[in-house]
Amino acid sequence: MTSREILICILIMALVTYIPRVLPLLLFRKPIESKFILDFLDYIPYTVLGAITFPGIIYATGDYATAVAGTITAIFLAFRKQNLVVVAIGAIVVVYITGMIFG
Amino acid sequence: MSNRLTFKRGIKDGIPICLGYIPVSFAFGITTIVMGVPGWTAILVSLTNLTSAGQYAGVEMIAEKCAYFELALTVFVINLRYMLMSLAVSQKLEPGIPAWQKMIFGFGITDETFVMASIQKGRLNTSYMLGLIALPIFGWNFGTIAGVIASGLLPGNMQSALGIALYAMFIAIIIPPAAENPKVMIIAGIAIAISCIMFYTPVLSGVSSGMRVIIASVIAAAAGAYFFPKKEVSIS
Repeated sequence: MTSREILICILIMALVTYIPRVLPLLLFRKPIESKFILDFLDYIPYTVLGAITFPGIIYATGDYATAVAGTITAIFLAFRKQNLVVVAIGAIVVVYITGMIFG
Repeated sequence: MSNRLTFKRGIKDGIPICLGYIPVSFAFGITTIVMGVPGWTAILVSLTNLTSAGQYAGVEMIAEKCAYFELALTVFVINLRYMLMSLAVSQKLEPGIPAWQKMIFGFGITDETFVMASIQKGRLNTSYMLGLIALPIFGWNFGTIAGVIASGLLPGNMQSALGIALYAMFIAIIIPPAAENPKVMIIAGIAIAISCIMFYTPVLSGVSSGMRVIIASVIAAAAGAYFFPKKEVSIS
């Protein structure tokens, strides 16, 4: 992509991020009535993150073995209720170490 | 008056959020470079977007040279959750705040600042909201710039190891609520299953990654709202 095209992409991203944040602040006086829409919006973060993560994570390091090791580490740490930073750093370290062993 | 939410109080509440943002945005800066996208892109994106999942997805799509419409739709769907948060904040605001002020502090509504604002007792005002978002905005941009600068200094295998950071964070966000609520687990599982089926099925694998995420997440969330409606609205 040219710099110009990238700038257009960034502008698009900025707009579609800013609009959902600000529009309800300006428009909504009353709570949303539709329970279906509220429930739908409530599930959206989890479904989006799930669909981005799998199968993407398997290809995230350029090597299946290290990626799978990192994935298992992240899932394990997350089930142990470790915070975000610990889970991320734990996965990075395991990917790095397994990369040295198998690489 | 003792309970009044001031600018200073907002700054104080923003400190832990700021500290958490630095490593995440650091990884974002590095990942951008690893994907072959110029460093100024990462810095400009962090400055104008201030969001995690949407930014990563967007930059990944820039790296894949996607179509503008697809980029807009994907990032918008990922950011749909902000509408719910913004709506919740709007119910908690002091009456009479001018629109232009809402347009300024609205920019700083993230998953984390939203949670902090919503646990406050009493009405939110502009001073508190500006204080709350100030340090997280600083931390997010500081981390990104540091990541872009550091990317050239880190060895190659360390850079590829950092590729897993974002996904690991997503796992850290999904699993704790899913472990507590089987409905969330099932719905996230459905989204993952649809995404994987589309990725590995020969006819469907031609669909771009952005479109795949939209289709999988919308179908799964609609199934969730239809089959597992919640008793009361919980905003997480």
